[in-house]
Amino acid sequence: MSDVRYTEGIKSCINCGTCTAICPAAEVYKYEPRSIANLVQTRDETIIEDLLKSDTIWYCGECMSCKTRCQRNNAPGLIIQALRTLSIEKGYFIHSEKGRQQLALKRMIGDSILETGYCVHFDNTPHDMFPESGPIWQWVQNNRQSILEKIGQNLYKNGDGPNRKISKGNLEELRKIFEVTGGIDWFKKIEEQSTKKANDMVMNRGNQSDIDSQYFKDIYTHNDQEKHNR
Amino acid sequence: MKQEGKKHIWSNYQKEIAEDRYFYVRSCIRQTFFPGSENTFLKILREVLGKDVHESPNHTTCTGIGYHCEVVPFATTQTVVARNFALMRDAGYQNYTPSCVTSFGIYTEILDTWQHFPAEKEKTRAFLKQATGREFEEPNSLAHTSDIIYKFRNEIAQKAKYQLINSETGEPLKIVEHIGCHYAKMFPEKSVGGAEYPNVLAGMIDAWGGNVIDYPERRHCCGFGFRQYLIQANRGYSMSASKKKFESMEAYQPDFIITNCPGCNYFLDRWQYVLAETEQKTYGSNGYGIPVLTYEEVAGLVLGFDPWEMGMQMHQIDVEPLLKKMGIKYNASEKFKGPQGQELGLPEFPEHVKFTTQSDN
Repeated sequence: MSDVRYTEGIKSCINCGTCTAICPAAEVYKYEPRSIANLVQTRDETIIEDLLKSDTIWYCGECMSCKTRCQRNNAPGLIIQALRTLSIEKGYFIHSEKGRQQLALKRMIGDSILETGYCVHFDNTPHDMFPESGPIWQWVQNNRQSILEKIGQNLYKNGDGPNRKISKGNLEELRKIFEVTGGIDWFKKIEEQSTKKANDMVMNRGNQSDIDSQYFKDIYTHNDQEKHNR
Repeated sequence: MKQEGKKHIWSNYQKEIAEDRYFYVRSCIRQTFFPGSENTFLKILREVLGKDVHESPNHTTCTGIGYHCEVVPFATTQTVVARNFALMRDAGYQNYTPSCVTSFGIYTEILDTWQHFPAEKEKTRAFLKQATGREFEEPNSLAHTSDIIYKFRNEIAQKAKYQLINSETGEPLKIVEHIGCHYAKMFPEKSVGGAEYPNVLAGMIDAWGGNVIDYPERRHCCGFGFRQYLIQANRGYSMSASKKKFESMEAYQPDFIITNCPGCNYFLDRWQYVLAETEQKTYGSNGYGIPVLTYEEVAGLVLGFDPWEMGMQMHQIDVEPLLKKMGIKYNASEKFKGPQGQELGLPEFPEHVKFTTQSDN
């Protein structure tokens, strides 16, 4: 693995298990960062391919608590990042329920970056997709003009300030960066592989901008309770 | 551990924070859910402390959330970050100051990567030139915005109108401080106080008269976990982590929680609401939740800023019990009104966690 995060992530693991003891993901999933370190150190391609196709690598929350407490300064969270990168590049992410969620994340976060200049934006947080945002958020959204004016927001306006309009020129620069660095290729790969999987699963995936398609809804909401527990 | 021992450990993690001339970049989450906090930071720096803070309308996300969801490759994130550094250089500034803790983590990770793998930096330089024609330089200093408020905590204390003290009993308020994971867990030496004993928020609490609560799950993650919240199917992970913290801090009867990460602020606020509505469990006193404040809001309250102009009515867990406890003079009837006092109607109130209505005041 040529990923610099792999080089930084594992040097001489002593298999002490501290990372697993502190891991928030290990509390809710059958997931052990220590096992991840063990498996990649086997350098067995079959084992690693199975890992790349599994739900396991998608359980981590990338909080990086494992990095703090490791006596050898390893970071299983960084190994996970390198493994997920490989899983996307090889198209293996569509083999697992949690990996298939990449399509929803690409459309929610990835597309938002290129459309608004930010990962999260005022209008990309609808209450029906994020009900825990609560009735206060509905009230803010319903009265956006007045409330945002009161606290000095700059929604969709020129100049600086929160949630301002990002100019066309700036968005073009962002897109160009995504093109030359492989970001757009990732987006395409996620869309293409997901289309293939949706067809295999005989679901109507909808067109590219249709986030209400059956496939999107399925990956966004479905959680196999029996499988994804401790 | 005794206080003296902690001070000794903190001495190993002191951080140089620039005195003035900051290049400020906004946060995806903070500017959306707590935009008043970002404006409060700028008001404190510019109007109270007289500092030069520059914001370029051309800056964008660092892509951090996309990077940690694996929809943005590392090379792309490095180049977007390099573009933001280029904007700073072009504006004539050298002290980079992000509002977001995820971003702060991204910047520390990338600067560390460039130090250990110079080829990554050169690759990024070539990508940026090819895509935008821009050139960048690394910042002279990198400080999260909470580092800056920490640096000037004593100056703020000198100008304080209120203290973190219960105005009725005269006792210091009991305060939970929650540090975003990416502030110090990856690169402790880049923080104030390190990952085990970060002092960035505790220092503010001490300076402004409050007492810090040391509770068992003090360093546990809020549970954002990026994909673990953004995808509805995964949210059990997110809520479980927050619940673990609430259960652990409950016995210490905190008056409020202060955070330095926009995501943590949102989750510790909203998951209390969800836990109340689904499990009929509240963690504050008398059926209220525990108010969750940004450090900008806390600094603003101490300085006597208007809570509604800081956007504190955008919290789902009501902040009014805290305002009353601190003896703050505020206009309760303005809470849900527009900028010229116009009626906007009231939000729907939660069923199982108390929320002050106008008739309560």
